Parts: sequence; C-alpha cells; structure tokens
Amino acid sequence: MDDVSLPKVRLPEPAPEPSPGGAGAGEALLRTEGLSLWYGSARALHNITLGIPPHRVTAFIGPSGCGKSTLLRCFNRLNDLIDHVRIEGRVAIAGHDLYGPGVDAIELRKRVGMVFQKSNPFPKSIYENIAYALRLHGLRERRRLDEVVEQSLRGAALWDEVKDRLHRSALGLSGGQQQRLCIARAIAIQPDILLMDEPASALDPIATARIEDLILELKQRFTIVIVTHNMQQAARISDYTAFFYLGELIEFDTTRRVFTNPSQQQTEDYVTGRFG
Amino acid sequence: MTLHGRWEVGGGSRRGAAWSVLFTGATGLATALILAMLAVILVNVAWHGWPALSWRFVTAGTEADMFEVGKAGVFPMIFGTTARVILMTLFVIPVGVTTAIYLHEYAHTTSVLTRVIRTAVANLAGVPSIVFGLFGLGFFIHFLGDRLDLVLHPDNPKPIWGKPALLWASLTLAVMTLPVVIVATEEALRGLSPGLREASLALGATKLQTIWQIVLPNALPGILTGGILAVSRAAGEVAPLLFTGAAYYMAELPRSLTDQFMDLGYHVFVLSTQSPNLEQTRPILYGTVLVLLLLTFALNATAILVRARMRRRQRAAG
Amino acid sequence: MAEPSHPGGRRPGWQALDRGQRARPWEWVAEQAIRVVSVTAIVLVFLIFVFVMREALPVLLGRVNSAAAQERRALPVEQMDRLDPEELRQYLELSRKEFAEMDRDTLRLLMEVKLEAAEEVPEDKDAPLNTAAWRYLLGPHQWTGYDRPAYIWQPVSSIHKYNIVPLIVGSLKTSVVALLFAVPLALAAALYVSQLAPPRLKEWVKPGIELLAGIPSVVLGFFGLVVLATFLQQVCGYASRLNAFVAGIALGLACIPVIFSIAEDALTSVPRSFSEAALALGSSRWQAAWQVVLPAAVPGVFAAIVLGFGRAVGETMVVLMASGNASLLTWSVFDSTRTMTATIAAELAETVFGGHHYRILFLLGALLFAVTFLSNLLGELVIQRLKRRLEGGR
Ligand SMILES: Nc1ncnc2c1ncn2[C@@H]1O[C@H](COP(=O)(O)OP(=O)(O)OP(=O)(O)O)[C@@H](O)[C@H]1O
Ligand SMILES: [Mg+2]
Repeated sequence: MDDVSLPKVRLPEPAPEPSPGGAGAGEALLRTEGLSLWYGSARALHNITLGIPPHRVTAFIGPSGCGKSTLLRCFNRLNDLIDHVRIEGRVAIAGHDLYGPGVDAIELRKRVGMVFQKSNPFPKSIYENIAYALRLHGLRERRRLDEVVEQSLRGAALWDEVKDRLHRSALGLSGGQQQRLCIARAIAIQPDILLMDEPASALDPIATARIEDLILELKQRFTIVIVTHNMQQAARISDYTAFFYLGELIEFDTTRRVFTNPSQQQTEDYVTGRFG
Repeated sequence: MTLHGRWEVGGGSRRGAAWSVLFTGATGLATALILAMLAVILVNVAWHGWPALSWRFVTAGTEADMFEVGKAGVFPMIFGTTARVILMTLFVIPVGVTTAIYLHEYAHTTSVLTRVIRTAVANLAGVPSIVFGLFGLGFFIHFLGDRLDLVLHPDNPKPIWGKPALLWASLTLAVMTLPVVIVATEEALRGLSPGLREASLALGATKLQTIWQIVLPNALPGILTGGILAVSRAAGEVAPLLFTGAAYYMAELPRSLTDQFMDLGYHVFVLSTQSPNLEQTRPILYGTVLVLLLLTFALNATAILVRARMRRRQRAAG
Repeated sequence: MAEPSHPGGRRPGWQALDRGQRARPWEWVAEQAIRVVSVTAIVLVFLIFVFVMREALPVLLGRVNSAAAQERRALPVEQMDRLDPEELRQYLELSRKEFAEMDRDTLRLLMEVKLEAAEEVPEDKDAPLNTAAWRYLLGPHQWTGYDRPAYIWQPVSSIHKYNIVPLIVGSLKTSVVALLFAVPLALAAALYVSQLAPPRLKEWVKPGIELLAGIPSVVLGFFGLVVLATFLQQVCGYASRLNAFVAGIALGLACIPVIFSIAEDALTSVPRSFSEAALALGSSRWQAAWQVVLPAAVPGVFAAIVLGFGRAVGETMVVLMASGNASLLTWSVFDSTRTMTATIAAELAETVFGGHHYRILFLLGALLFAVTFLSNLLGELVIQRLKRRLEGGR
C-alpha cells in the first residue's frame, strides 16, 4: 500500500490538531477538516477536524446521539442516500477529497467497507451473501469465488461453524454469527478502510471476544474505525480514541492517554462513568 | 364531603357499566350484522349455485342456447375473463412496480414530482369504473384504434382496431388497477429493512444493482400481493368492459387481441337482466355467480394469505 | 504484504477517486426510464380528463344542436353524390362498420327511406328546439303532451329530451340511502374493531370485511335484483319492486368496506397514549373510545364518509341492476330510479359516435369524474391533515 505515504506530499498541513500530541498529522490516511453536517436544519456534526492513521484501530466513543454513526457514514458517503443532508468542510482519504466534484461514491464504497450496528445479512444463502459482494467487484469465476468465500469466512472466524451449510439461508445463523458473516462480507472485497459501527453491541461476551480478536487480527491488513459504547472494549482494542459530545469532537488522542490522562474534564467524566 | 364524593363515583360507575355494555353491545352488533349480511350473500349464492355446478357447466360453451338450463355452459366466459385479466397483468405490473420503485427508491420524499404522482395515484383510485369505460372508448378505441386503422389498414373500410376488443378492455382495466399495484408494491418496499439497502450500497453496489438483486427479490411477495389484488379487483369488474370489449354473445372464443370476448361478470348482468324467463334460467345465473365468486375469492384469499405471511415475517425480522 | 490478492485484480491507488465519476450509462438510462414510466399515472389522469372532456366540451359550450327539426330536413336522394362518404354516413346515422358493408344501391334505398320518414313525421312545436342547450339540460320545460313544465330524460324519443336533473337526483337518492345504511354500521364496526374488540376477534372481522370488499359489484347488483328486491318488497310493501331503496341498500354493502377501512385506520392511528390517559383517569374503555378517541379521529371519520359517498355516486352495476332505471323526478326512495352511471352504462352502446346523445353521456361522465375527484381530494386532504396532527401531537 504504497499510496499511504501520499498525504505527506499532497496534504497541506492541517489546522492544529484538536488535541496536541494526537495521531501524527502527516501520517493520517483519512482526514476531516472543519466537517459539519446538518439533517435538514438540525446540526449533527460541528466542525470536526481529525486524522485517522493507517493500520491502526481508532475508536469513536461518546454518549448516544452525539454523531458517531453520522461521522462514520461520512467516510463512505452513505449519508448521500438520506434526503436533505448538507455537508460542509472536507473529508479526504490520502489527500483526495471524498466530496469533490468528480468523486465516484460507488468506487469509494468499494474501498471503504462498513459493518453495521445491526447485523444485516441479505436473505440469501451464506455463500451468496459473500459471493454477491465479490460479483459486484467483477469476480465471476466459480473456483475463485469458492476460494475467496472460504478465505473471508476464515478471516471472520466463521468458517468452521458454517462450512457444512454454506448454501443455507444466512438468516438461520445466530446473531453473533450473522454479525461475523457481515464482517466476512465486508472484508471479502478487501477494502482499505473498515468502518465498524458498534459491531458487538448486540452480542454475548463470547461472540464479542471473538470479534475483538478478529479486529486485532484485521488491523494488520486494514485501517479500522470502530464505534463503541463499551469503554473496556475501546481500551482493549484501539490504538487511538476520539471522544464526541453533542456533535463536537472533544478529545482525540492515543487510547492510553484518553483513558489514563485525558486533557478534558468531560472526557474524564465519560470514560470513568461519572457522566450524566 | 370525601365520602359523598366517593359515593358519587360509585354510582357513576354503576351507571357506566350499563352504558359500557350497551355501547360495546351496539357496536359489536353492528359488526355482527355486517358479517351476517356477508354470510347471507355467500350462503345464498352457494346454496342455489352449487347444484348448477358441474364439469359440463364449466367446460361447455353457449353454442346451443345461452339461456337453456342443462346445455348452457360458462367456458367462454371463464376463458374471456381469464384472458383479459392476464393481459391486464402484463400491462399493469411493469408500470405499477416501476412507479413504486421510483417513488420509494429514487424520488425525494418531498419533491414536487413525487407529490404530483401520489396525488394522481390517489385520484386514479377514486375515478368511477364507468368513467374508465368512457375513457377506454374515447381514448383507446376511437383515438388510438381509429388511428391504427388509418395507418395499418388504410384501404380496409372495416374497423379492425377501432372497435371494442380484448386488447382495449385489458388496457382499460390496467389503467383502473394501476393504483392497486403501486400502493401494494410501495408497501412491500417500505416493509424491507433499510439496513438491507445500506448493506448492499456499502459494498459498492450501484443503486440499480441493489434494486435488482436485493430489493426486488425480497419485495416479491408484496409485489405478488399487489398483482393478485389487482387481478381480483379486475376479475369482477363489468362497467369498464361495457363499451370496450365484452360481448353479449359470441359463437367462438376470441382468437386475437382485436376480438371481443364473453365475460363472467358481464354474463351475470346479461342473465339477470335480459333473461326471457328469470325463474327458469335461475340455475345458470346462480351457477355463473358462484363461479365468479369462487374465482375472485380464491384470488383474494391468496393475496390475504401472502400478505399475512409477509407481515409476520417482517415482524419477526424487525 | 501477505494479503490475498484483490478480487477485482490489481489494487488501484487512491488517485482513482479523483479520476471522476465512472460513466455508468445503464444506471443513468435505468433511472431516466424509471422516472419516465412513473409519470404514467399523471399522464393517465390527464388523459382521462382530456378524453372525457373532449367529448363533453361541445355540450358545455353550447355548440351541439340536437333539434329534431334539423334532422327532419331530409335531403333529396339526388344529393347523395354531393356528400362525401363521412357526411353521408353521419346523415344516414350508420356506424362505420355498417356503412362499410353497404353498397351504393342500399345507401340509395336508405336515403329514400329517410326522406319518406321525414315527410311522415308530424310537426311538433318542440322540433326546432335545441334540447342539448343548457336551459333544457337543467331547467324544466313544457313539452308537447305534458300538462306542466317537467324535467324529462328521454333521449330516444322523436324529440330528444336531455334533462339531467332526474339523473342527478337519482344518483343522490341512491347514494343517500346507501350512506344512511352504511355509515352507522361501518362506523360502529370500526369503533368496535379498533377500540373494544378482543384482538383474536379482530383477526377474524377484518378479513371478513375485506372479503365483503372483494365481492364484485355485479354480484351485489345481482343480489339486490334477485334476492333483496323481493325480500324488501315483502317487508316494506311498496309498489315498485326495483327502486332507489333497494339499490341504496345493495350499494351500501359496497360502501361499508370503504368507510370501515378508512375509519378504522383513522381510529387506530390515534396514539394509544390518548386513550391510556383517559383510562388512567378512571374512564372505562367505551368512554375512552367515545369521548377521547372518536373526537380525535373525527376528520378521519369525515373523510371516510366523503370517500364512501364518492364510491356510492360512482358505482355502476349495482344501481344499473337494482334501481329500476325509470328516469322519474321524484323524491320518494321507493320509486324506480335512474342514476347517472346507470344511464351511461345502459345507453352509450346505442348512441352514434360523436352525436349529441353520445356527447351528453360523456358530459354525465365528466360530472361524475368531477364529483368523485373533488370528494377524493377533500377526503385525502382531511386524512393527511389528521395524520400530521396526530403525529405532531405524539
Ligand atoms: N436520518 C436522520 N435524519 C435526521 N436526523 C438524524 C438522522 N440520523 C441521525 N440523526 C440525528 O443525528 C444525531 C446523531 O445521530 P447518530 O446516529 O450519528 O448518533 P450516534 O452517536 O451514532 O448514537 P448511537 O450511539 O445511539 O448510535 C442524532 O441527534 C440523531 O437524532
Ligand atoms: Mg450510532
């Protein structure tokens, strides 16, 4: 992934980081500058500036409704689908503005995968769920399909559980298995960035642990942004943590700093559970 | 004072109980009365119609005499009704489903075009069926048909397209049932979880790919319901056919789209108003009504079942 | 990097994002096609309006002349060659098909017959009247042979009498009977089903009423004509077996499902919190239904009635079969009655295409279209406002 080094050349030096000592400015793969977003007349994001470093896990935390999902959906332009959304500011991957005039949102989404809060497998077979994604990318040869389906299911630690029923409906899987299938589907197409919106919120501790292991493993290959409400989870798996409150980025720093020595009182209150 | 008040409340609630029984009883009775009337119609038709039903009756034509008990059959009418309904489906399903897709998947909810389309659909649903008949006559037969004749058969003085025909009747019915299909399909689309679409789009699928491969296959039951509802609505309609294609009597089955046809519903009308002797022809009449009812109810029941299953599945999924 | 090769081949750099939107012609074509097709509904409503009005407009503008005297101005047979075929066909009142099948001699013969017939017809003081003019369509007239001015619909007599007032009154009579019968029953049932009935029962009642909605109107008409007419005559003992009353009851059966489903919908969409608040204050279920839920849903109930009226006025087969079809102008519901819809249904097939009778029937159609259009518009508006209010109050 040689293109990761591009931002150094292309990106103008960004405005000062929201939190000094945060993720190194020059290394960011994904960067927002003064990003604001409105749903109709309701402002959901206020002037967000942050940079997400490559091959790291970045966690977004904050109380419900603070705009974490909204921000995540700016990264693959899924907000485009909602009527009356207005965006100001810049979101760029490796210096390339995602909302620039000529950018193809569909190409973008092929390279920025997403796993949703609520698992959403297609009502098709397990195999077809993944094959659908692969066919979208032009892979049609049966043998290759079989191969990549297996690879992805293994990657999502699901292969052993489902290898005997690949052609049964995905809706017959348990909630945790469904979520791992969605992850398998997302990684099958080899995105560069993987956005995960509370991927473990509806799962039991065992399934959650599996998914956390998985994330740590996936980090080798992908840049991961994960939204979570679980402080321990954020602490366990992420390298960087961003804390949001009411649509504003309050603090962004290494996870260790955010959890042990945050610079903002609000952050401290939130991570220690003293928050309203 | 408190005591007094409490007594009052007690007395009020006793009176209230009487009212409650009266009110619940009266509204329940009204409900029962409606269902009873439905039952009377169904039992009456089944009772008198059943003896007339026979294999002969549904397979025989009217070659001998359409009013002669024991000889007259309803096959040509079953054929005609089926043909016009199938033809109608071919026209109305593609247009209706496409419109619903536009309204639900493409259009902004508040755009002017969407609002106008919705208003048009609502109004189309309220146009009296006889007016559709007038429209079919004025537009399809005398406007389109006459022009087709001029272009295709300029030297043939006999009208071929510019007269009542199977094609025009089916098109008229398609116009009439368009709102049914649109509304049912939209309901089906609305019932699909938005997560499904997002999942597909987030994988880099285009809108068209998402609609074609994810949305439509999953909305199929709902689309089917719409089709069945439209068919069952159209199967029993007579008024729009009066001037657009139904024939009082035809010696043969229709062979082409430009032929007229005999129709079950229209035949019920003919038998009950033009019969030389209503008492004598009663068995044919009841038999025909029963066949028509069975046909429409079978279709309706299918639609209701499909929809109930769909709703249950959606509830389970949601 | 030891990662599996990219399924789509070599991984492009991020510059690919800047290269502009990939042309996806099919995507564009499909979207445009879908948009174009979805305009069909608008086009159809427009076409219905245009094609019904096109035939009716000449009457509206007073451009149609239906004076019997004009028809009697028969042409000498020798003039046959001076007319072009279309004029000749119209003069002889032949359909295109008939005209096509006739040879010259037959046509000549017909001209002679017409001339003779014209000479035989006695003079009538009404013959020069253009009976398709507004004052004859709507106002009473002292016709020859009647002892006082009257509203007469008699399109196929020697003097075409086109007064539409008896038909309008007929439509109103049957619709009012239908609503008087259907509204109380349907509303009571809607209240019962939405507020009071045990849920298990609800699952039976609603499909039952949907079944009633599924009965074709020709079957309701048949039922009115064959069963209801005799039964009601025995019970009420009126003279004319088929009349507005019988037709109204049968029509009511067609309206009940419409009124029920809209009213039930409106009642159910009243937020549960309304009735729960009332129940918490000690009202019983029926009091909550009657004093809280029903008032909140009044616009919906109103809309249900308006839409039920639209259905009743526009229904054809029931009234055609069960109302008796005599175009008398009376206010008694027990007299045989002819409605606008039944008139169109019964007479259009026998009219000359483009003739005055044809056009006046289209005028009736336009009137029906307008009435149902307005009642639907009103109903929809009221429902939308109700929904918005209830959602806003939530
Ligand atoms: N489609 C939408 N239309 C209008 N407002 C929206 C929409 N989606 C989200 N919002 C609003 O935007 C704000 C941020 O929502 P968002 O879903 O991003 O929160 P979140 O941080 O992900 O919350 P949670 O932790 O509960 O998932 C909320 O106030 C929400 O009500
Ligand atoms: Mg969220």
